[in-house]
Amino acid sequence: MSTGVANRTAQPGPDVAIQPLVVDDQVNQTFRVHRSAMTSPEVHRAEIERVFATSWLYVGHESEIPNPGDFVRRPLAGRPIFMVRGVNSGNINVFHNSCTHRGALVCRQDSGTAKVFSCFYHAWSFDTEGKLKGVPDRDAYAGGLNFDELGLKAVARVESYRGFVFASFDPAIVDLQTYLAGAKDYIDLVVDGCGGNVELARGTNEYSFTANWKLLVENSIDGYHAQSTHDTYFKYLVSIGTDLQGGVKGRALALGNGHAVIEYSAPWGRPVAKWEPLFGEEARGEIDRLRADLVSRYGEERAHTMAELNRNLLIYPNLIINDIMAVTVRTLFASAPDRVDVTAWQLAPRDELPSLRQRRLDSFLTFLGPGGFATPDDVEALESCQQGYAGGGVEWNDISRGMGRGPMANDEEQMREFWRRWQQQMGSAADRGGAQ
Amino acid sequence: MSAVAVGVSRQQVEDFLYAEAALLDTWSLDDWLQLYDEDAKYEVPCNDAPDGNPDTDLLLIDDDYARLRARVARLNSRRAHREYPHSRTNHQIFNVTIAARDDGGEIGVTASFTVWRFRGAKTSCYVGHYRYRLRLSDNGFRIAFKRAELDMTDLRAVSDVAIIL
Repeated sequence: MSTGVANRTAQPGPDVAIQPLVVDDQVNQTFRVHRSAMTSPEVHRAEIERVFATSWLYVGHESEIPNPGDFVRRPLAGRPIFMVRGVNSGNINVFHNSCTHRGALVCRQDSGTAKVFSCFYHAWSFDTEGKLKGVPDRDAYAGGLNFDELGLKAVARVESYRGFVFASFDPAIVDLQTYLAGAKDYIDLVVDGCGGNVELARGTNEYSFTANWKLLVENSIDGYHAQSTHDTYFKYLVSIGTDLQGGVKGRALALGNGHAVIEYSAPWGRPVAKWEPLFGEEARGEIDRLRADLVSRYGEERAHTMAELNRNLLIYPNLIINDIMAVTVRTLFASAPDRVDVTAWQLAPRDELPSLRQRRLDSFLTFLGPGGFATPDDVEALESCQQGYAGGGVEWNDISRGMGRGPMANDEEQMREFWRRWQQQMGSAADRGGAQ
Repeated sequence: MSAVAVGVSRQQVEDFLYAEAALLDTWSLDDWLQLYDEDAKYEVPCNDAPDGNPDTDLLLIDDDYARLRARVARLNSRRAHREYPHSRTNHQIFNVTIAARDDGGEIGVTASFTVWRFRGAKTSCYVGHYRYRLRLSDNGFRIAFKRAELDMTDLRAVSDVAIIL
């Protein structure tokens, strides 16, 4: 499905590619992406303007800044910003991290608590609501300083959904819930499945590698590669007593606006709420209790979906929430055409039983972490693809798998949903004529 | 802490750490695993939480002996794609200090490390601190605990920790 949110950067008149990089051929049931979409500096520049500057982007989680004055600093699509809970309002503020005087960063720590953000260069200072509070020697400004105009510049739009804070540089973008479309219900499944009250665990995975960012979008929601690429991980599961019978089974769904999900059953256990022998007998009662609680709150069918099924969820363009053997929140940015910066956190129920938290942490780092048994091999695969593109000779990637049938979790419909939205948003900039 | 109080010299500890490094650099991982007791742990915390506690915080690596054995089996196979073919590595150890034996007779050791990793056209460098707990057996030292705390603020330059530090 496609809800066709207008491309707000579109120039007047039709802004469509004559020779689009994404070719969706419904007649022949083939779907192809031109490889210059992954290599072209022109495409990359256009993505910064047309995709990253005009979408809702994940900033952080409300649980990171529970108290007034708490802040986290991080780049948002490569731009320095920080998120702070206002001392007066209690609101979540997201500011461009730049002094309104001459530009230096005003927040120079990754996290902390502050009442005031002072620029060390000339000592202008701002409060947690962004208001300019202090300017040394202000008498020097004969015409006076307009303190209201010189407050910290907020990122154009900031909204939260279920604790996930998003911001957009586009003042005219649709509201967040409209933007999220069908993905909203999947965020609900993740959060409600965790008992409705979640937090990020301490410890962040920040890594980069030499591949186009869209390859990691595809990979994060790709059921097809699991068995071939991650053979050593499945062998590890067998070695600790996991029964691989049943395999990975499920479906792929386009959720509108470029969002998509694969939803499937898999051999591994889930701390909420699918017991397996690895969790130990002592955890069985607690997992049964969590499961029964979900049934009583949401009914058998939804509880089954929450507890038994895995979800690899893409929130277009660059947020991945994978609710599998643990829950990861992963955001990506293209710092160059062939470079992706990944930042990933672990989402978990607040007040989780320590033994289950321990198992969840274990599950995360063995599969999802950059020191685990799977993610390094994904990095290798994506760098390998990027190297393959450099040779030319082969112009197109094929993303047709599962067209013409109810798409399964190991098909590619979820990627097609991403690419369709991408082509629409990029418009004339995603054209073979312009992409070098 | 004097060598007398601990009962071993710093040089003995250094020789042992150099031998461990040599096993890693020659990819003799089965022999390397033999240095570890079966209740041993190997930990690498996240860059932004070097004091991370594996019970409550996310680590990059938190291996008990079973997972360490699985890590070795993985790296020895041809299916650990990130490490097939293997990187060339050079594990370098400096600033070794020895603390007193604890009540369990284990010797605390700290050291600085630099681990260079070369593969394809890429050079990676891991810098940080080791924390070991060693046991003295009839056949020399055994490793009860090894933790590699990274000084790099993130993994952007190195991409992953697919090798053993």
